[in-house]
Amino acid sequence: MKPRPFDYVRPDTVEEVLALLAEHGDEARILAGGQSLIPMLNLRLIEAAVLIDISRLAELDTIRSDGGALEVGAAVTQNKLMAWPDLARDFALLAAGLPFVGHFQTRNKGTVCGSIAHADPSSELPLLLAMYAGEVVLRSQRGTRAVPAEDFHKDMLTTAREADELVVTVRFPHPSDRRVAFREIARRHGDFAIIAVAAAAGANGAVTLGVGGMAGRPMTRAIAARDAASAADAIGQWAEELEGYDDLHASAAMRRDMLRKLAANVVAEVAQ
Amino acid sequence: MAESSTTTKIRRKEDASLLSGRGRYADDLPVPVGTLYAHVVRSPHAHADIVRIDARRALAHDGVWAVLTGEDVRKLSDPFLAAVKTPVQQWSLAVERVRYVGEPAALVVAESRYVAEDAAELVEIEYAPLPAVIDPVAACAKSAPLLHPQAGTNEVSVREFRYGDTAAAFARADRRIAMTTTFPRLSFTPIECYVVVARHNAAGGSYDVTANFQGPFSMHPVMARALRVKGPKLRLRIPPDSGGSFGIKLSVFPYIVLMALAARVTGRPVKWVEDRIEHLVAASSGPNRVTQIEAALTNDGCVLALRLDQLEDYGAFLRAPMPGPLYRMQGAVTGAYDIAHVDVINRVVLTNKMPASLIRGFGGPQLYLALERLMQRIAVELDLDPLEVIRRNLIAGEKFPYRAAAGALYDSGDYARAVEIATGDGRLDELKRRRAAARAQGRRYGIGFAAIVEPAMSNMGYLSTLMSKEAREKAGPKSGAVSMATVNIDPLGAVTVTADVTVQGQSHETVLAQIVAKALGLRPDDVEVVLEMDTAKDQWSIAAGTYSSRFASGTAVAAHMAAVQMREKLKAIAAKQLNVLPADVELSGGKIRSRSNPDNALPFGRVAATSHWSPGLLPESMAPALSETAAWTPQELEPPSRDDRINTSLTYGFVFDMCGVEIDPVSYQVRVDRYVSMHDAGRILNVTIAGGQIRGSFAQGVAAALYEEFAYNEEGAFLTGTFADYLVPTVSEIPEVEILHYESPSPLTPLGAKGLAEGNCMSTPACIANAIADALGVADVTLPATPRRIHALLERAGATGKR
Amino acid sequence: MRAVKGDQKTRIALTLNGRKLAAEAEPRLLLSDFLRHGLGATGTHVGCEHGVCGACTVLIDGVAVRSCLTLAVQAEGREVRTVESLAAPDGALNPLQAAFRDHHALQCGFCTPGILMSFTDFLARNPQPSEAQIREVLSGHLCRCTGYANIVEAIKEVASSSHAPRSEG
Ligand SMILES: Cc1cc2nc3c(=O)[nH]c(=O)nc-3n(C[C@@H](O)[C@H](O)[C@H](O)COP(=O)(O)OP(=O)(O)OC[C@H]3O[C@@H](n4cnc5c(N)ncnc54)[C@H](O)[C@@H]3O)c2cc1C
Ligand code: FES
Ligand code: FES
Repeated sequence: MKPRPFDYVRPDTVEEVLALLAEHGDEARILAGGQSLIPMLNLRLIEAAVLIDISRLAELDTIRSDGGALEVGAAVTQNKLMAWPDLARDFALLAAGLPFVGHFQTRNKGTVCGSIAHADPSSELPLLLAMYAGEVVLRSQRGTRAVPAEDFHKDMLTTAREADELVVTVRFPHPSDRRVAFREIARRHGDFAIIAVAAAAGANGAVTLGVGGMAGRPMTRAIAARDAASAADAIGQWAEELEGYDDLHASAAMRRDMLRKLAANVVAEVAQ
Repeated sequence: MAESSTTTKIRRKEDASLLSGRGRYADDLPVPVGTLYAHVVRSPHAHADIVRIDARRALAHDGVWAVLTGEDVRKLSDPFLAAVKTPVQQWSLAVERVRYVGEPAALVVAESRYVAEDAAELVEIEYAPLPAVIDPVAACAKSAPLLHPQAGTNEVSVREFRYGDTAAAFARADRRIAMTTTFPRLSFTPIECYVVVARHNAAGGSYDVTANFQGPFSMHPVMARALRVKGPKLRLRIPPDSGGSFGIKLSVFPYIVLMALAARVTGRPVKWVEDRIEHLVAASSGPNRVTQIEAALTNDGCVLALRLDQLEDYGAFLRAPMPGPLYRMQGAVTGAYDIAHVDVINRVVLTNKMPASLIRGFGGPQLYLALERLMQRIAVELDLDPLEVIRRNLIAGEKFPYRAAAGALYDSGDYARAVEIATGDGRLDELKRRRAAARAQGRRYGIGFAAIVEPAMSNMGYLSTLMSKEAREKAGPKSGAVSMATVNIDPLGAVTVTADVTVQGQSHETVLAQIVAKALGLRPDDVEVVLEMDTAKDQWSIAAGTYSSRFASGTAVAAHMAAVQMREKLKAIAAKQLNVLPADVELSGGKIRSRSNPDNALPFGRVAATSHWSPGLLPESMAPALSETAAWTPQELEPPSRDDRINTSLTYGFVFDMCGVEIDPVSYQVRVDRYVSMHDAGRILNVTIAGGQIRGSFAQGVAAALYEEFAYNEEGAFLTGTFADYLVPTVSEIPEVEILHYESPSPLTPLGAKGLAEGNCMSTPACIANAIADALGVADVTLPATPRRIHALLERAGATGKR
Repeated sequence: MRAVKGDQKTRIALTLNGRKLAAEAEPRLLLSDFLRHGLGATGTHVGCEHGVCGACTVLIDGVAVRSCLTLAVQAEGREVRTVESLAAPDGALNPLQAAFRDHHALQCGFCTPGILMSFTDFLARNPQPSEAQIREVLSGHLCRCTGYANIVEAIKEVASSSHAPRSEG
């Protein structure tokens, strides 16, 4: 279980990163926390001619919050964001979901942007970004663009990122929701979720639901939660539409069933 | 050592080094200059003919020394001997055909592991895929694809046994209750994988191998024969520390032979460190078993007789010492129950899966899942309390020593008493209240029980039960189980102990030091225990190694005997110097002194020095060296009788478990609410270490019940190839266990101890399965009871509920 | 910018347990292999090489990470701490190690170094964690021998006593 050979580059600036990406395109891989990339390399599941290590780039290791949004740079680890002092107050849903991302030890290295760039369908961070209707900021030598979460995550391990682009930051807009909830089911503590469900209730009582693990990417939907029965109907319909999928740990039917129950729970939690 | 040390909390001798990163595990040891590294190329197919292997591109790769294939192996070695004579041949690399995903098909040897893996991708193997058979029952069908066409069948061994008059008992029974259980495939994968470093000395025609092999050393002749050398030409060394085994490290043996051959081909030392992916796909597995079991009953739930048809699936090859798990429990097949009549059919089948072999529990989990699920079913069908059914059938205390129908001699116990204490101190009433309260709220809560007999120290003759009595008579009797230990004292009085066990975390060092120190009047710290093994220099027998809980009732006894021999010798030496009679000498507090006049004393070291420096001063006719070896084999381990009765083990402990589980209505996870485990393991040698062993095997029992399974699809693809899919539980998944002890010392071992490290591997899967059956009101519980399976069960019952 | 070709061995210097050390390595060499076979620090173990078992956990600049998911070249110039650094030079165990011994929190000891390093980091940041937090951090490690209960007890003892290990140890 040893990786194939690759070139290693540790640029000193984002400009250098972009130049390397422009030069190598999809021959190159960004190495952020390495918590998903290096297992795949060790297992020889993927090819990479060049690894571009961004983990030490101070200019990417920043968390900024202005009035509009929380901006998390590409070198910020999941634990660093969890330890950010105002997280629980201002971004309660992020604070609720982050502890489910792997383990203490993997969060010490795994980055927020790396998880979003990796786009595993049952990952928490892509789901959280979708719940906040956040954006992914992509930079290349061609310029900078901000892509909304729903356009960024396309399918399992597939995103809107072009081969020469770096995810420089992700932006979580300040929420207006008053109540939030996050639940997930995994086989073991710290495993990828079978499904993960989030809910946020706005001031007007409208509830946004999100789910990971039902489709190739996180899905969200606004639910009119006037009463439990109508919410249950809406959730049930949504579960049928999403279908879910079969894997070793859960059948599609079981995923639908879990969604119905978990979603009802989180809707009830935020509706109080 | 007569009294128990249940009150002393001792520090383990091995811990300080292990906690400081100073362990000496197999991969930590220095390797000879010039060592090469190997990587195994493995079959991606469950079943295929090897059409062609082209290694030219791999050999042309920089840093590559050799590529070995089945053809090389066939030229340089012989097939492995097996315990069952069949026309099946197996080698250390696939010859002509691969029979499971992950089967070694070629070996690349290069200057580093990284380079070897690069080159492995360049080895071109052309396969012609064949139909595979995965399900053991399907494999017995006439139409099934044959793994070994020359054997003519996949069902390579079938034996029927009759103990008592089962037919008559069934004829007079009020009721019959039958069921089928399947025990899954899993392995208690140690965190340290296999490691082998092999050297070949062409001039001497000998091999020198270091590997984290763990015994039994009956495999040594198997390896030597495969390498075509006499035993002493294969020197096998076992490192001082091991990162766990649980039986799994027996199966490193084909790789020992393979690396030895690679060393011979390259003329260089060759090292191989198995990685986790290789370990999961191909190292070893416990055998899966399909058991059809039927009881003949009275209306009040007394079992008059049993019939068992046990179909055990060993994967692609039947490796020595298989089919051990199918026969290890043979004498004790009636478990903890007083059942006079039992018929058993043992069938061995081969399928396109990795070969199965030794694993903690070794046949017990499979047997007890069937037996204990049956007891629960009897209660349900007769509308009796399941605990009452168990009680009615337990062997009564006054019947010990008890000869079980199939031949086991249960040495001691009072099962009813142990159950009474367990249900009392373990608060069964509270468990019942919890169940009632949960059910009142519509929650799915169930209670399970399991009562099992835990054998220890296997009779080396038990496997011969699988031969007919005529064949046995021809082959000569096999029985017994030798244990050996040596105590040495150096000129300054320092004591060292060596013994025929391999280290794997069971605190052998600590316990041996304790036993020997006690006999010699020293502190455990005064005794060094050296357990790295070297077949060229250490005492060993085919029984050596660490498996089947042979330590407490075997090696520990030998160590005690060697220490007592040494004590008697020192007394005689000292008597002369103290001018007293040997009977008046005692060893105490680091001194050797006169019992009647304690001031007349010599330091321990002084007496020892006499033997080294002044052998002339020794009592007449005494051998001079201070080195005492004791070998012990218990008389009770006789060969199988003519009517196939066999005392499969020396001691038989008792475990009674009860638990409450709840099924989560959303996640379908089984949550263990409370678990109580009562152990009668005879005299407890060390309560801390006993607790550690019990908790460890309990965690593995929970893993087998709820998490771990080697999953294959119908075509034989392996689905659980990483630790992300093969679910070893973390701390979050292991519930608490309340441990209770009841001690009925074994009259057959000088220390009174029995085994205790395997019990929960045997009892816990059955106990949890029974609780699930109770919670869901179903008969058919498949292990591991994963959320997916629980969901499917409830779905079938229309009970997933859309809240 | 640091750039190394795939087939090129480069000198990688780092601080290991307070001592400046260096050895040659290709970029693909895993830190776990570099520590064990390049620098001879075999106390760090390898159990899966895909991030799940935790046996290989070490501290880089005080933070507990999987050394099997780190390239040796990534640790260049960093402070790496491994289990070998925990005991005093005379062999005396630190409080965390001693608690493991006193609670029989290890059997084969193969998983232990990684667990000790995780908690060296975690307890330095959270000297008085709850049992739930301890379990949460411990869930990043697999142990096959102990069933975990005694490990939790050992850590609880250290966490509740005043002398939680500092990151200097
Ligand atoms: C034992 C274990 C358990 C885990 N459990 C979970 C879990 O429960 N939930 C979960 O979500 N994750 C889990 N993970 C994965 C998580 O830890 C990773 O952190 C995350 O998926 C990737 O982040 P990273 O920074 O490590 O990215 P890397 O592994 O470095 O990169 C992942 C991919 O994203 C690309 N990439 C990274 N950063 C950028 C960027 N800035 N711009 C462009 N491309 C980029 C890389 O090229 C690579 O293809 C687990 C991992 C392990 C080892
Ligand atoms: S070896 Fe690194 S986590 Fe298992
Ligand atoms: S002590 Fe053996 S794996 Fe933990």
